Amino acid sequence: MATTDTKISAAQLAKQAENRRRNIFYLVLLALALVAPFVAYPVFLMKILCFALFACAFNLLLGYAGLLSFGHAAFLATGGYMTGFLLSTYSITPEIGIITGTLASTVLGTFFGILSIRRQGIYFAMITLALAQMVFFMYLQADFTGGEDGLQGVPRGNLFGIFDLSNNLTMYYFVLAVFIFGFLLIQRTVHSPFGQVLKAIRENEPRAISLGYNTDVYKLVAFVISAAIAGLAGSTKTVVFQLASLGDAHWHMSGEVILMTLVGGVGTLFGPVLGAGFVLTLEHQLSQSFLGDWVDVILGVIFVVCVLTFRAGIVGEVQKFMKKNFN
Amino acid sequence: MKMMKTVLATAIASSFVMGATAQADDHGMSDNELRIGYLADMSGTYRDLAGPNGETAMRMAIEDFGGSVNGREITVLSADDRNSPDVASSTVREWIESDKVDMVQGLVASSVSIATTKVTNGTDTLALVNGSAASSITNEHCTPNHIHWTYDTYPLANGTAQAVVAEGGDSWFMVTADYAFGHALEADVTKVVESNGGEIVGGVRHPLSTDDFSSYMLQAQASGADVVGLANAGGDTVNSIITAGEFGLAQSGQTVAALLLFLTDVHALGVETAQGIQLTTGWYWDKDEEARAWADRFYEETGARPSMVHAGIYSSTMHYLKGVEATGSDKAADVRAWMADNEINDMFAQGGYVREDGRMVHDMYLAEVKTPAESENEWDLYEIVRTIPGDQAFRPLSESKCPLVR
Repeated sequence: MATTDTKISAAQLAKQAENRRRNIFYLVLLALALVAPFVAYPVFLMKILCFALFACAFNLLLGYAGLLSFGHAAFLATGGYMTGFLLSTYSITPEIGIITGTLASTVLGTFFGILSIRRQGIYFAMITLALAQMVFFMYLQADFTGGEDGLQGVPRGNLFGIFDLSNNLTMYYFVLAVFIFGFLLIQRTVHSPFGQVLKAIRENEPRAISLGYNTDVYKLVAFVISAAIAGLAGSTKTVVFQLASLGDAHWHMSGEVILMTLVGGVGTLFGPVLGAGFVLTLEHQLSQSFLGDWVDVILGVIFVVCVLTFRAGIVGEVQKFMKKNFN
Repeated sequence: MKMMKTVLATAIASSFVMGATAQADDHGMSDNELRIGYLADMSGTYRDLAGPNGETAMRMAIEDFGGSVNGREITVLSADDRNSPDVASSTVREWIESDKVDMVQGLVASSVSIATTKVTNGTDTLALVNGSAASSITNEHCTPNHIHWTYDTYPLANGTAQAVVAEGGDSWFMVTADYAFGHALEADVTKVVESNGGEIVGGVRHPLSTDDFSSYMLQAQASGADVVGLANAGGDTVNSIITAGEFGLAQSGQTVAALLLFLTDVHALGVETAQGIQLTTGWYWDKDEEARAWADRFYEETGARPSMVHAGIYSSTMHYLKGVEATGSDKAADVRAWMADNEINDMFAQGGYVREDGRMVHDMYLAEVKTPAESENEWDLYEIVRTIPGDQAFRPLSESKCPLVR
């Protein structure tokens, strides 16, 4: 008996230690994020945060429910356009604009989800791609989006009517808060019983069904949450850059978020954040260097190398390495 | 507590920022360097018409100017905008706030140009738009901080349509790219054709980036119209022209009028395919002695003949540098005022001037692509048919929606 007790407590202790380590890790990251704008250029950091949130939303679907959506650009763009349109047409505060934009994406996500989750694998990807292309052409045609010129000169406004967002630092801390909110939401989702069921569906859907789970509902809810957070990222991005453009709705964007997630690590919480940071920094550095013409080629090579040699992505490989050598 | 800290940090930081901006002088050079940022598509669809060769053109202007102005070294930054307004907006913001860039040059995709000018507006940085077509840049999107130099859609539609109707092509069939740019161009052409006594007998709209134009060209052919107007751009125009060639539109007596076509596109198509197409251009390398001399130097540097955009970049950079020298200031408002007060007479334009809406007004040219028999070498592509005087070419100020025009 005594041995089992010590075993349990040893396991609990290990778990506690791991939790503590993780909390310290997150606190260090938070501290870094708080001082980052004094070291690096805040607008660029905001861009990374927005795309990191977008990639996290995508990862929720691919990494935890095993659904590869090829149409996430539609949600990013819908959030962006809706927020941009509202902020430039009506004198409302940015948080209302962002909430409405997120809601619009949620509605669109529900619609996309109902249509697409009935299929798996490549069919699911193709349906989401087709729907997203429809949305792209709709935005190309619609009057309020400004066509290929995009919605330009969206005012940043005053947050809650008090904080002037035209100051880059205020804007940065607001974006950081939005990001942390989104990230925590995903973290909660993944570690909840709901998240466990999603993982079960990812591993073996027929078995999850035989256990009595209505997998369609679970997948739909995951899809909607993912779409909503993608929309939140798009809305926030519009406020940061003061513009919403067709590029967000283009299938390239859906591809880019896959790249970010894969490079960072599918199915790890922090992977997409690192992936977004990595891809954007690389693009930023390359586009200002003499290698400017080669950005797409270099990104392509990285993608291939990633798929061939380290499929778990940066964070995934590091986790594997730690498990192998330190446990 | 965290909220409090954030607010505090923001307040402290913002006071730093304000302190920093307040230091700059109202007049004179802001610091010991003149920095020019070159922002263009370096890797995508528009690479050929501006791209790296545009940067070369800009560096040629700086070299010809002597590499320094008012005793200040001229430094060049360059970046690929990837045709994304997001990238453009963040790059230009960073250039202005961190690198203190005084002028932004290049700017091709219209979304990129508009995003850039929204950022430069209200700062001391001037933007010189050379690659973009959208006439809205100096219409509803005009700002006191930018000048649109080379061309825009207004003369493209106006020049080509007017000339073609005048030569007897009075029934038109429009092949239009189905988005705002195509619609605007189509509307402009329709207006010009109808006011000159012509008629639009039909039209078809195709989605952006179409590969197969055969059904559209067959419809155009079946319509029996004299002229097939192409209200599209880039790859779409090139594909339309190739398909029109394959279906023998020219042989069946129809003229193809391309509304937006660059020298680099025609070069890629070859005279065999493109022969006889009429188009409007802001500049042609073989138009006169001065242009030829400059184009020869450009050819030595790059191995290609310059497009109108390359020439515009050289010309506008030169005029800007002269402005900085004359006013002794690198502030956008001062230099912009000088640039508007002084005529442009160089290899690009004769008697060109900058209007209050930021439009650089200069002569445009109606050109016809030569036949293989006429063309003497791979870059001998256009026959200049007619010169369109600047004051007739561009949108008159009376039609302007720009708030700077009173």
